[in-house]
Amino acid sequence: MSNQIDEGLRSELQKRGVWVTSTQELYNWGRKNSIWPLQFGLACCAIEMIATAASRYDLARFGGEVFRPSPRQADLMIVAGTVTKKMAPQIVRLYNQMPDPKYVISMGACAISGGPFKQGYNVLKGIDRYIPVDVYIPGCPPRPEALLHAFMELQRKIAGQQLTGDDKAAFLERDQPSEYPVPAFGAHDLEPSSNPNVFHPPKIER
Amino acid sequence: MTPDPYFFLVIFAGVSLVFPLMPLGLAWVWRRFLQPPKPGPQKNATYECGVESTGEAQMQFQSQYYLYCIIFLIFDVEAVFLVPFAVAFTGLPVGAFVALLVFLLLLLEGLVWAWSKGCLDWAQTRKTAR
Repeated sequence: MSNQIDEGLRSELQKRGVWVTSTQELYNWGRKNSIWPLQFGLACCAIEMIATAASRYDLARFGGEVFRPSPRQADLMIVAGTVTKKMAPQIVRLYNQMPDPKYVISMGACAISGGPFKQGYNVLKGIDRYIPVDVYIPGCPPRPEALLHAFMELQRKIAGQQLTGDDKAAFLERDQPSEYPVPAFGAHDLEPSSNPNVFHPPKIER
Repeated sequence: MTPDPYFFLVIFAGVSLVFPLMPLGLAWVWRRFLQPPKPGPQKNATYECGVESTGEAQMQFQSQYYLYCIIFLIFDVEAVFLVPFAVAFTGLPVGAFVALLVFLLLLLEGLVWAWSKGCLDWAQTRKTAR
């Protein structure tokens, strides 16, 4: 893999016109340049997501223009907008139906934490309570450039994932779950209110 | 010596077989040896819009919409003939005028018949549709 060849030797070879690669790099290069997002929008952030995919900002430059209407064919879930508690089970179920490896971009203040509706009664206080999020984009709504930046960050993350060894990517582990429990409507709130295996709230130091 | 002219067809058939089979085979090899399979009840579910399916799939739908379409045709065809009729009205001979009136009468008769049968009620029960 990539640590088996000396970086200096590689750049030296590249100068001579010989391009050396490994299966892992080739595989990750293919993956990071063909990320297919799931086609769904939740609120106003979705408008920015649509603008990102359209010609002015052109997500196709990064290979992510193929928005799939089916979770079976999607690699990336862009949670674009306010996740109401009514909508949260559907989001988790759609995430469960996506094939591995799958990634999540939490776009905008609402998807991260509930945003301006955080104190309200019907908005989920962050989609990371139920599904693992790879990239967070702050903003209300974030500009298309911010989504492009998040997309590039995700590409960087994918490019760095190991296929073998002890620190290989989590989705290659057999016991890494692919489905996460879907919350149900309880008497007052979604039950459970968060998935403790996924959600690790920061310790507030006072 | 020139090659057989149909030899290119053989090459073409060979390439058109290998070209789609190669990526499919590679994907199969990858799935077989490298991908940890992770099926699950939700991942294998038939319905894929995020909402759980409820009820039976084999249920009956009322086929009322065809009546609506037929009655719409009365007004639609009527408008198509009425507009040129109105434009050319002053120059029409009596025979053409009478012919169009007969046509309108036929359509009107159909409308009255449909109305009396209760076809104009959208939320009709199955009895009145008969």
